[in-house]
Amino acid sequence: MRLQSLFTRMRGLALDMGDPAPGPPVVQDAAKRLRGSLQLRHVDAGSCNGCEMEIASIFSPVYDAERFGIRLEASPRHADGLLVTGPVTRNMADPLRKTLEAVPRPRVVVAVGDCARDCGVFRGAYGVEGAVGDIVPVDLEVPGCPPDPAAIVNALRGLAGT
Amino acid sequence: MSGHPSVVAMTANSLLQVILVILGGPLLLGLMRKVRCRMEGRAGPPIRQPLLDLRKLARRERTRPEESSWIFPLAPVVLAATILVVAAIAPMLTTRPAFGWAADLFAVVFLFLLGSVFLALGALDTGTAFGGMGASRAMTIGALTEPALLVAILALSVPARTSNLPAIISQSLDHPAWLATPQRVLALVAFVIVIIAESGRLPVDNPATHLELTMIHEAMVLEYGGPDLALVKLAESMRLVVLFTLLANLFIPWGIAGAPGPSHLALSVVATAGKVAFLGIAMAAFEVTVAKLRLFRVPELLAGAFVLAVLAVVSALVVA
Repeated sequence: MRLQSLFTRMRGLALDMGDPAPGPPVVQDAAKRLRGSLQLRHVDAGSCNGCEMEIASIFSPVYDAERFGIRLEASPRHADGLLVTGPVTRNMADPLRKTLEAVPRPRVVVAVGDCARDCGVFRGAYGVEGAVGDIVPVDLEVPGCPPDPAAIVNALRGLAGT
Repeated sequence: MSGHPSVVAMTANSLLQVILVILGGPLLLGLMRKVRCRMEGRAGPPIRQPLLDLRKLARRERTRPEESSWIFPLAPVVLAATILVVAAIAPMLTTRPAFGWAADLFAVVFLFLLGSVFLALGALDTGTAFGGMGASRAMTIGALTEPALLVAILALSVPARTSNLPAIISQSLDHPAWLATPQRVLALVAFVIVIIAESGRLPVDNPATHLELTMIHEAMVLEYGGPDLALVKLAESMRLVVLFTLLANLFIPWGIAGAPGPSHLALSVVATAGKVAFLGIAMAAFEVTVAKLRLFRVPELLAGAFVLAVLAVVSALVVA
């Protein structure tokens, strides 16, 4: 019994994600450049942590984004781009710009979640500077509040070309 | 004595060693990551993933921190160069590599140390808090690992009466009884602990950490990007392969080519790759089951390794 469950685990529990839909030209350019290796620096620009939980789960055994060559990095210098969540708060606008500046070119910015796209429920709040697209150029958006982990994985797979 | 191999053959041997180390480093890392992922219930990236990462990094923009000097771009080059020199002269596939006379145990250990020191200088050169912190920690640990490595190999050199690595290995082949002595076992344990610390793996350092305050090696390379980072990553993986190969050849020397000729060399490539892959799988499996040690406990572990190495030398001297 235990041996069988060990073999099941050794095979991996990951979901079959199918093939991601071909993205816009900027995504296809990135895929040609990155060819199966995508490292991103995650920046929480003022998120409620809902998106963070979904991002954490894309590296779980179920979604296993690492099998597509996708990883989060500890330094923007190591990254191919940023993975930004949340509406950009006043305190995070400058750190976000500086983090992007530290990423070697050419770089991509992925806005994850409704807040990152248009501030979501936080639109007009006093501490909010704007959506991610108002602060730095955004290449790819993942809608949802929070987005489904499979949607995040498939968006990133488009960039990585895997 | 089956005659001296020609200069051309020895150079070809060394070239083969270097090429296999360059390719084998990333592949070993990929294999270890695969084992780790599978044991965690994940499918994991393909084994060639580190090669894909390196190919991409090599084409990216080269970034420099504003305050850095010429040391910063030089450090990865020195790190990679020292390890390639070891890969060329050390007895990896054959007991007669070109410049095998230079593969003295002191020379090899100091070449490793030279690379580490330059990486620490490069980290200091960035002028960031984490670079300095990582450099200070890496040097603290390096000051404890390098003597342990030196003394562990010294224990093997006592019965062979030479500090030349190819000679130690060819003499071990001639005297299989040496391999099961207490000093070998003590030296082996010390050597394994040193490799874990030297290559920055669990439980001494976590190569996958995102917490800057727990970083040792990663903190030093936070500022490297693009081709420089690719060189650092390649050098780190090559160092692991070289250390594993030395471990395998010093303690289980069978399979290494003791005589010249392509057939011996081909057998040696297969045997060495098998031994290194086995060590990689074992280390990855071990890493899944342990947690990182608290930084202040690491010197205790390394002091233990050093004591074992000293005991190995003492027992070797007593027996001899």
